[in-house]
Amino acid sequence: MNKILRMIVVLTVIGIISGAILALVYTWSLPKIVENETKATDAAIFTVLPDTKTYKKVVALDLTYYDCFDESGAKVGTAILCQGNGYQGAITLMVGVNADFTEFTGMTVLDQVETPGLGAKIGSSDFERQFNGLVTKPPIEYVTGGGTVHLPNEIQAITGATISSAAVVNIINKTVKEWLQIK
Amino acid sequence: MATNKVKRTLFFEFTKGLWNESPVFRQLLGMCPTLAVTTSAINGFSMGLATTFVLVCSSTIISAIRKLIPSQVRIASYVVIIATFVTVADLFLKANFADISKALGPFVPLIVVNCLILGRAEAYASRHSPLPAFVDALGMGIGFTFALLVLGTIRQIFGTGTVFGLISFEPWVIMILPAGAFITLGFLIALINFLKQSTKKKELAPACEVK
Repeated sequence: MNKILRMIVVLTVIGIISGAILALVYTWSLPKIVENETKATDAAIFTVLPDTKTYKKVVALDLTYYDCFDESGAKVGTAILCQGNGYQGAITLMVGVNADFTEFTGMTVLDQVETPGLGAKIGSSDFERQFNGLVTKPPIEYVTGGGTVHLPNEIQAITGATISSAAVVNIINKTVKEWLQIK
Repeated sequence: MATNKVKRTLFFEFTKGLWNESPVFRQLLGMCPTLAVTTSAINGFSMGLATTFVLVCSSTIISAIRKLIPSQVRIASYVVIIATFVTVADLFLKANFADISKALGPFVPLIVVNCLILGRAEAYASRHSPLPAFVDALGMGIGFTFALLVLGTIRQIFGTGTVFGLISFEPWVIMILPAGAFITLGFLIALINFLKQSTKKKELAPACEVK
């Protein structure tokens, strides 16, 4: 009996002390973590819509997007957070559209676990830059291999990483379509 | 004389983790982070430091309260203590080094199940007083960090195709992929075994006392 009691007491005391330490550290780090996340979002929005001075976050259904305004308060466009499956795991990216929804203003990959050296190139500036000034209608298409980009809604897929490139295109097309229905 | 002997022992406890009983190359402990996060030198180094922090703190605490813990619940107690320090390290990285934390991803929380930490707690810290336990953990942690840094550097050089921007060649993509980790580790262990064999005369100390 005494043995059992001792086990319970020791484990409980260790648990309580650990809990207290974690509570303290968590309280200390939470504001910093939130600040880091805000900073990352700010940077992504600024990349896809460089004229943004202020933005308003909107969460509707499963979709998160940011209506962006310049210093005079005029709307410069919307930054839409897109998420979907890539070749190996989820891809999260931010895409910007201008205020009258005629063209994309930029794209930046926030999170991806694609193959290093191949699919991971979707995060390279060479690939991301292709989305600047792309028309929104019809939906984005990609050309592979030796094909060249002719139409204003086309991007060049990464050689050896068609699946990742196609995933990015599909994620954007699908999310933008959903966004048009609820905005 | 007595103090001399203690000093030498402590020095031995510290240096054994660096080479003779290197956690990665000799004991083959903690293989999961070793193989997974060493895609670049900085990732390997940060992972090593985070592990060292957890190892040193948990070993010292476990050693200090080793006589209070009933042996039936010792593993449960160790895991709670280790998990606490891992969470502290994880939150600290998230708060101050967001980029590194993102690069290491789930492998920081996974330090909890790194067998190196529980291994040292069970094999060493639970049988020695806090000072040797601290020194042992520090040595093992530095040995682990060193191993991860070496692996990360080799894989980064071949995988990105540049040696600190001085020489550049065609990158070997396989070196950043998981297969590259196994290949690099295999060659390094072979090299170290080869070096060991040429100095075989030297007596090797076991990782923990044999009873």
